[in-house]
Amino acid sequence: MKVLMFGWEFPPHILGGLGTASYGLTKGMSQQEDMEITFCIPKPWGDEDQSFLKIIGMNSVPIVWRDVQWDYVKSRVGQYMDPQLYYDLRDHIYADFNYMHTNDLGCMEFSGRYPDNLHEEINNYSIVAGVVARQQEFDIIHSHDWLTYPAGIHAKQVSGKPLVIHVHATDFDRSRGNVNPTVYSIEKNGMDNADCIMCVSELTRQTVIHKYYQDPRKVFTMHNAVSPLSKEIEEIVPKKNPKEKIVTFLGRITMQKGPEYFVEAAAMVLNRTRNIRFVMAGSGDMMNAMIRLAAERGIADRFHFPGFMKGKQVYEVLKMSDVYIMPSVSEPFGISPLEAMQCCVPTIISKQSGCAEILDKCIKTDYWDIHAMADAIHSICTNDALYEYLKVEGKKEVDGIVWEKVGLKVRALYEQVLKNYGK
Amino acid sequence: MKTICLYFEIHQIIHLRRYRFFEIGSDHYYYDDYANEQGINEVAERSYIPALRTLIEMVKDSQGAFKVALSISGVALEQLEIHAPAVIELLQELNATGNCEFLCEPYSHGLSALANEECFREEVEQMRRKVKDYFGQEPKVFRNSSLIYDNEIGAIIANMGFKGVLVEGAKHVLGWKSPHYLYHCTENPNLKLLMRDFKLSDDISLRFSNSEWSEYPLFADKYIDWIAAMPENEQVINIFMELSALGMAQPLSSNILEFLKALPVCAKQKGITFSTPTEVVTKLKSVDAMDVPYPMSWTDEERDISPWLGNVMQREAFNKLYSVAERVYLCTDRRIKQDWYYLQASNNFRFMTTKQTGVGLNRGIYDSPYDAFTNYMNILGDFIARVNSLYPVDMDNEELSSLLTTIKNQGEELVQLNDEIKSLQEALKKAEGDKPAAEKKATSKKASGKKSK
Repeated sequence: MKVLMFGWEFPPHILGGLGTASYGLTKGMSQQEDMEITFCIPKPWGDEDQSFLKIIGMNSVPIVWRDVQWDYVKSRVGQYMDPQLYYDLRDHIYADFNYMHTNDLGCMEFSGRYPDNLHEEINNYSIVAGVVARQQEFDIIHSHDWLTYPAGIHAKQVSGKPLVIHVHATDFDRSRGNVNPTVYSIEKNGMDNADCIMCVSELTRQTVIHKYYQDPRKVFTMHNAVSPLSKEIEEIVPKKNPKEKIVTFLGRITMQKGPEYFVEAAAMVLNRTRNIRFVMAGSGDMMNAMIRLAAERGIADRFHFPGFMKGKQVYEVLKMSDVYIMPSVSEPFGISPLEAMQCCVPTIISKQSGCAEILDKCIKTDYWDIHAMADAIHSICTNDALYEYLKVEGKKEVDGIVWEKVGLKVRALYEQVLKNYGK
Repeated sequence: MKTICLYFEIHQIIHLRRYRFFEIGSDHYYYDDYANEQGINEVAERSYIPALRTLIEMVKDSQGAFKVALSISGVALEQLEIHAPAVIELLQELNATGNCEFLCEPYSHGLSALANEECFREEVEQMRRKVKDYFGQEPKVFRNSSLIYDNEIGAIIANMGFKGVLVEGAKHVLGWKSPHYLYHCTENPNLKLLMRDFKLSDDISLRFSNSEWSEYPLFADKYIDWIAAMPENEQVINIFMELSALGMAQPLSSNILEFLKALPVCAKQKGITFSTPTEVVTKLKSVDAMDVPYPMSWTDEERDISPWLGNVMQREAFNKLYSVAERVYLCTDRRIKQDWYYLQASNNFRFMTTKQTGVGLNRGIYDSPYDAFTNYMNILGDFIARVNSLYPVDMDNEELSSLLTTIKNQGEELVQLNDEIKSLQEALKKAEGDKPAAEKKATSKKASGKKSK
């Protein structure tokens, strides 16, 4: 089975959970021998792992015919793409895009991030997708998140193949209800045109059904999983101070993640005990407000903001921690608690997180219930039995949540979609 | 001839309230009064009152042929006293018929039998006195909380003078043997074991109203036929359950009370009698010793103690609680003693279970085992601090115990001496008439007498 996937991020250059999920899912699916995946991203860096799938960089797909030499193409795109593919794609240019801004290869530039002119990039991405869809051979189209829905629809219209969209988040999660109408319309349009909608949790599925008015029969829950830790990460030896406990929040410091509830809970805990430190790692638009709040509560000496973490740093911080907390107000899935549990860190999550649906060996509280949260933090820090139980059982539980199983479920859904398609 | 030994248990815990860690040290009240009142009233109205009325009626209608045994945990009795005295009146009415035996159980419905012998003995004695006060009976048969039993527990209760004990007829203990005979404890042959027939008991308490059950609907004649069809020489069929099974687990709309009412008549037709546990242990002979090296109970498929002590959190809470057992035993503070009983109730540990049994578990106010553990440990943190503040922590229990004994003895001695002084004074008064100087002298003598001790 051949799948054409549209995504926005792919490791190692990632900005959020979308990249990690895309990688895990494709890797899990590639365990099936007859699965061929072509993954389109706006801008490859050349160091992506292409051993189990083929990556097409949208910034190397020509949309305007240019007469260029093989050697020149090779020198420009050779590190992540076969030059022959460039010429094959060039044969499938479908309209005159000379009015667009293109470079010497006839390609458009992408930032591959979430820039201010995001809507323009989404539109460009969809134009390029037309060329890819005409050239590539595939059985089914799979679009990840709203940025690539227009590209998916375009590919469906060109090829007549069924479209599966994967909802990693909706704008209702990101905005606590104040949706951006442009984003909503792109999301809704994508869902309306999809033959199958995969949601990362039941929570998201309900949003899709009730807020986007989708037919429940085509909306499915497809929980995420985690990739096993690499050897390099396994070997990190945490630097722990036996006299102090560390409670960690890790993620974007934005409204969606509920950072203020964490600060308030921390203040309650610190009123009672002083041998606990709190860490809020990450950055975001609410960071300054949180620094001010911590100072106001008089806990700044015990409450730390180390800033944005990436790669190995993330795991170093996790392994140093005694408690991981994710008080998200609305989290479609939330992969980070699973990563914390992989590092043997007891975890507290909000009931409003999608991952709460599949996790059992962790403490769940309502995001607004700072009393319960404070109590849970205090309990893990003072009761060794609870700490040990969550540490050992949590690790066991999360080790059973693997992408291979998700890959099989996705495959089964594909088969079902293909069987019913056009009937 | 076969006999049925029917026994019901009455127990309701004192619900703990939501207790956050920042209340430790500032608030020493741990109970959810609303939940307690509401809970006990609900179970009294839906189950205890109609069930007890039925039992009384059954005794009267059968001209004394029907007999039943009951036991009540101390904490449940306290709650009934406060919130549902009507239940106690019915119990006394049933007791007055003379066909109801009251058994003894640990006051707290706790696990002290597994932790601390002294505590266990103390609360069993306490319960014994309470049964005597309320019903005028001296209990001769014992049942432990959730029928937890092993050889050691058997030895303790035999030593306390009990003649019999109710235990689970667990497959892993019985093996090929039948629960329909009387057995005895390996440690002490004077203690007889009544083995519960879990199949026949669960048919009523667990499956009665289940329309998917192959034997549904169950009628009294069919039920008695099963018993009558058992081998001729089987002696006693022990049917034990919680009283709340009649009305709570099996709704009254399933006509479970009508089923119960029909039992004596059907049994009489087949020549089957009813007996109380004391009658069973005195009339029947034990056929064999029953070796129970590991504790067993009547809960869950495994019939062991894993529902309360299955995971590390439960064991931690259990160990922390009983770490202060000796101190509590030594102290005389009434509030601490009372909290000690309430905190021991085994239900508190059951809330923390992480076992997947397939049977729904009502966790009360807690939404997870971790929540239950956290709340309980917060309360325990406060309780232990209170116990520790009574006497210096760095003094070991033996030393403390001997000091307390000395203080107590000296106190008694002082009282005695004071009495002596008084009588001497009076004698002096009599002898010397009304001389105020003599009185003064006697007072100074009393003070110096105190100092020298």
